[in-house]
Amino acid sequence: MAVKATKSKSKRAPKAAKSNLQASGEELLQYYREMLMIRRFEEKAGQLYGMGLIGGFCHLYIGQEAVVVGMQAAVTDDDAVITSYRDHGHMLACGMDPRGVMAELTGRSGGYSHGKGGSMHMFSKEKNFFGGHGIVAAQVPLGTGVAFAHKYNKTKNVSLTYLGDGAINQGQVYESMNMAALWSLPVIYVIENNKYAMGTSQERASAGTELYMRGTAYGVPGEQIDGMDVVAVRAAAEMAVTHCRDGKGPFILEMMTYRYRGHSMSDPAKYRKREEVQKMRSERDPIEHVRQLLLDGGYADEDVLKQFGREVKDIVSDAAEFAQNSPEPDMSELWTDILVDA
Amino acid sequence: MPIQVLMPALSPTMTEGTLAKWLKSEGDAVSSGDVIAEIETDKATMEVEAVDEGIIGKLLVAEGTEGVAVNSPIAVLLADGEDASAADVAAPAAPAPVAESPVAAEPAAAAGPAPVQSIAAEPEWTGATVTQTLRESLRDGMAEEMRRDEKVFLIGEEVAQYEGAYKVSQGLLEEFGAERVIDTPITEHGFAGLAVGAGFMGLRPVVEFMTFNFAMQAIDHIINSAAKTLYMSGGQMGCPIVFRGPNGPASRVGAQHSQCYASWYAHCPGLKVISPYSASDAKGLLKSAIRDPNPVIFLENELIYGNSFDVPEDDDYTVPIGKAKVLREGTDVTLIAHSIMVGRALEAADTLAGEGLSAEVIDLRTIRPLDLETIIESVKKTNRVVSCEEGWPFAGIGSEIAMIVMENAFDWLDAPVGRVAGLDIPMPYAANLEKAALPQAEHIVEAAKTACYRT
Ligand SMILES: Cc1ncc(C[n+]2csc(CCOP(=O)(O)OP(=O)(O)O)c2C)c(N)n1
Ligand SMILES: [Mg+2]
Repeated sequence: MAVKATKSKSKRAPKAAKSNLQASGEELLQYYREMLMIRRFEEKAGQLYGMGLIGGFCHLYIGQEAVVVGMQAAVTDDDAVITSYRDHGHMLACGMDPRGVMAELTGRSGGYSHGKGGSMHMFSKEKNFFGGHGIVAAQVPLGTGVAFAHKYNKTKNVSLTYLGDGAINQGQVYESMNMAALWSLPVIYVIENNKYAMGTSQERASAGTELYMRGTAYGVPGEQIDGMDVVAVRAAAEMAVTHCRDGKGPFILEMMTYRYRGHSMSDPAKYRKREEVQKMRSERDPIEHVRQLLLDGGYADEDVLKQFGREVKDIVSDAAEFAQNSPEPDMSELWTDILVDA
Repeated sequence: MPIQVLMPALSPTMTEGTLAKWLKSEGDAVSSGDVIAEIETDKATMEVEAVDEGIIGKLLVAEGTEGVAVNSPIAVLLADGEDASAADVAAPAAPAPVAESPVAAEPAAAAGPAPVQSIAAEPEWTGATVTQTLRESLRDGMAEEMRRDEKVFLIGEEVAQYEGAYKVSQGLLEEFGAERVIDTPITEHGFAGLAVGAGFMGLRPVVEFMTFNFAMQAIDHIINSAAKTLYMSGGQMGCPIVFRGPNGPASRVGAQHSQCYASWYAHCPGLKVISPYSASDAKGLLKSAIRDPNPVIFLENELIYGNSFDVPEDDDYTVPIGKAKVLREGTDVTLIAHSIMVGRALEAADTLAGEGLSAEVIDLRTIRPLDLETIIESVKKTNRVVSCEEGWPFAGIGSEIAMIVMENAFDWLDAPVGRVAGLDIPMPYAANLEKAALPQAEHIVEAAKTACYRT
């Protein structure tokens, strides 16, 4: 799947389409496995939610897996990631432990935040994952600040700052882009355009739906990418990362993607037709796409993929088991981590 | 092993629902993500998706059944090679255990704010001092900390080339360069968030708000991003940051530029809030704030930037956060104030002395954590308290002082706690109205006399 042609009038970067649209069998297998892990994890989270083991809001990433897996394929462990509340996939892609993530969802002591953050608020300093943020678009200036620190510290690292098609309309996004462009900060704004912000379709919220062009006024280049194609995502990410590492400032990648589930677990999703979801699922599924590439290219046969499926399932089951058996946080946790001892 | 499909809860409050429709029949193959049924709650109709793959061995609940309890089995899924007889075995008589509801937390000790350990005051300074304005002392405090730690940088509107809208950052750009003294666009929400992100990375931003009135645009990042992240991350990711700038009523600038935010920020766990009066305290506390690993709100007062004080000549002199200071000892009544009101409380104490009343004056210096120890010790001595602030009375700092005095020294009180505060109105512009809206020394005198039953 090629990168969609862009009509960007913004400062143009070399087209991703020409760069690296070939992936080796090994790479494809890795992406397949990572995407499958996210999907199975999310399905399990949905199930645990249904059993009352996960509370509150729980936003699943099912359908969007190629975005984060493709982006991660282009960065190193020292690069930073920050996103919204729809964050489980990002955490797994950053290499965070599925047990710790699932146990945070169930609010247990074994969770990344000892049960004090929940689905929307998880962090891993070790993995350079900066959250998990519940206020729409708050992660955008925060991620820009992470990039500011990269520059201040004179490292070559980048900050992958994810936001939604709804978040893009927040004022702080433009405040951030302006500063990022002004100071040439190494931040990639990854817009995950899944067509809806809760029940509001992109058309009903955004005047001008070419979101990759939202940086035009600041001279921030942007590209629109097929976010259901992990290889296209990776190619675009490589281009944007190079741009940032070369000191050329921020980049916008608009990933055209889709979420299969409701906005959160309690959303009946009446604002779209079942056929629309079904069509996406059957024709554009990012995991199925890679599966076909693997089979067609002769990189793997059904048995190998089945084996992958079993392995992933075991990891997810183990995480779920852990998340249910991990004790609730000790009452003393109420009063810890409010302030660091000076 | 056959797998049971359970009736899911679609929201944390759902306990039962109607199984409206089966979309699969016994014998159908399903894979993860397939919609197998529709269920209805009082609020909505939702689809149930398969989590596991297999073959529907048995549908345990008929279409149209109402009142199906959450977590009870509704179908049995067979793995490859299992036959329907296995389904019978799997269909249990007893409902699956319902997830334990969260254990109700024991009520948090007294409902008061988090317990604070007692903090030692700074040792009395006996060395050399230099006479400095509050403005200069703040600049020196920042400069010394920037020399000491490369991670410290100053960011805000007009802080670099213009040297601060109120000239607090004079000379900093020249000494530290544009990489560490950073002029921003007028974008409080954005640069506050950016600074918090840099703080997550371990840098130590000092964010200057031209005045705290404009920090309202940034309050989401101050509270939601800076103050709460340490807790939400289970202690992993903190934010060593100082938000500083002029706070409180200014002069003849009308309602939008004249307001005290002490009680707004003091309300929030995860923040420290400082509001000094003297230049030596301001400098010593600003240095402590910059060294502190937590988010600190540092409230200055524009009207006293030009006031001069003696400041210790020592670039390592700090004042501990959380310790109030008794500026004047007395026996009849305790006047508790912070920032510009300290000057008025001292003035009131002079007047009261002329009328035969001995007032003790406490400069809070830090609002959060509040120095309970110093306040209570004083109350036990004078038995009467008047709180003095420029902010609005409702839910103000005085309200908190009254409460903690009642909680901790009720039996020592000989009169109700008195409150001097700004009038409960937006700040008017007209000179006479503005004057009437602001608490003056004479109001403190009056309140103190009332507390001493001397009217
Ligand atoms: C400032 C703010 N306003 C409203 C909300 C409630 N809310 C949560 S998610 C959401 C929709 C966001 O949609 P989008 O940015 O497209 O991200 P997606 O959920 O599609 O990933 C809204 C309105 C919020 N969390 N924060
Ligand atoms: Mg969206």
